[in-house]
Amino acid sequence: MIAIIDYEAGNLKSVERALKKLGFPCRITQDKEDVLNSDRIIFPGVGAAGKAIADLRHLGLDKALMQAFENGKSLLGICLGAQIILEKSEENNTPCLGLIEGDVKLFPSPLFSEEKEHLKIPHMGWNSVRLLKRHPVLEGIRPHDEFYFVHSYYPMPASNKHVIGTTNYGIEFPSIIGHKNLISMQFHLEKSGNPGLRILRNFCEWNGYYAE
Amino acid sequence: MLSKRIIPCLDVRDGKTTKGVKFKENVDIGDPVEMARFYYEEGADEIVFYDITASSDRRDIMIDVVRRVAEEIFIPFSVGGGIRTVEDMRGVLLAGAEKVSINTEAIKNPKIISKGARAFGSQCIVLGMDVKKIESSKKIPSGYEIVIHGGRTYTGIDALAWAKEAENLGAGEICLNSIDSDGTKEGYELVLTSLISENVNIPVIASGGAGKISHLYDVLTEGKADAALIASIVHYRTYTIKEIKETLHAKGVKVRRTWM
Repeated sequence: MIAIIDYEAGNLKSVERALKKLGFPCRITQDKEDVLNSDRIIFPGVGAAGKAIADLRHLGLDKALMQAFENGKSLLGICLGAQIILEKSEENNTPCLGLIEGDVKLFPSPLFSEEKEHLKIPHMGWNSVRLLKRHPVLEGIRPHDEFYFVHSYYPMPASNKHVIGTTNYGIEFPSIIGHKNLISMQFHLEKSGNPGLRILRNFCEWNGYYAE
Repeated sequence: MLSKRIIPCLDVRDGKTTKGVKFKENVDIGDPVEMARFYYEEGADEIVFYDITASSDRRDIMIDVVRRVAEEIFIPFSVGGGIRTVEDMRGVLLAGAEKVSINTEAIKNPKIISKGARAFGSQCIVLGMDVKKIESSKKIPSGYEIVIHGGRTYTGIDALAWAKEAENLGAGEICLNSIDSDGTKEGYELVLTSLISENVNIPVIASGGAGKISHLYDVLTEGKADAALIASIVHYRTYTIKEIKETLHAKGVKVRRTWM
């Protein structure tokens, strides 16, 4: 069973629908025990980091997530889920879970492309990912594949070894980060067509092992 | 770099896709769920649905369409038409839409933008604007006025001022429809599109007037649009989305080209 953590922060239903389409049993849950008893955990999220962390704490799910990480369970963070695993966020100076060392940063403003075009924030729409490392969850992803992003903040791990893929939007920022049995993407897998579904399927078959 | 988005638009009435010219003479052209799936597989970057069902007691038909679309396609889609309250927004978002679009209601009651943005996040709230070119005046300095009721009613609101206000209220995106170009197949309103796009910091989807691929090229370059809405040219198979994208790519526009 795959647990989709419900901390009232976003489009859980679309993740559930995507897993159903792929044929993997899953459950949307707020229950700590449920989370700890599941084989894999997905934590999606949109909205503000502060509220997300507060809701997680309120439900006791922050500890459950940290425990699951320690236990070696396969963990997947999506969008805001890719941010709250760092130590803190510039979004209202929110302390986060700290599963990976580093911060969550706001895009610099004003932001310009290489062609000196003014770039709007949030970064919203389809963009590609440059894969810096191989990862079992990213098998089959091609260099031209694009993914759907909506965000104003991005994850910035302290060490490069946790950066698995980067995306260019005025700056080159980490869009896929990972550490041991945890992998997170800043983009919305569940809204990224077949390449997104491919990653989701890989995750559902991943045993959590990753040689860093 | 971010790709320019190509977005087919489906007008839905009583659960069927329809197409009209300048908001008149609608004819049914297919099942919205099947069409959405078809465009998804053909490489649409997003899909826009407008519910033009006349009576509000048939609103549930649209919710059912949204639910079925969400099970079939895994790209973002938005739903507009007949959304008057935060509860209406919640209904379509829970049914699986990524975004809701509001137009007339936002003019009558601008607070719905901020309420919606607070409840669901700005990224969910699309402001739809129907605009007509007029003589520029003290009241309408940009020379573009917001109209409602399919262009029959002038509101006295300046399009540029309204776009900026909506952004401040929390709109996450603007879908900008030129009533003058809509249905003409003679090209998007480039002056209007670049005016709005360069003066707000949220993405602008250009709408109204696509007849040829060069029109999309023009609005995505000169018109500074972040995305282009298309309807007839794909509904009547004048072009496939793949053809549109390959042509744009060949002319140097960044578009998403792999999806299967």
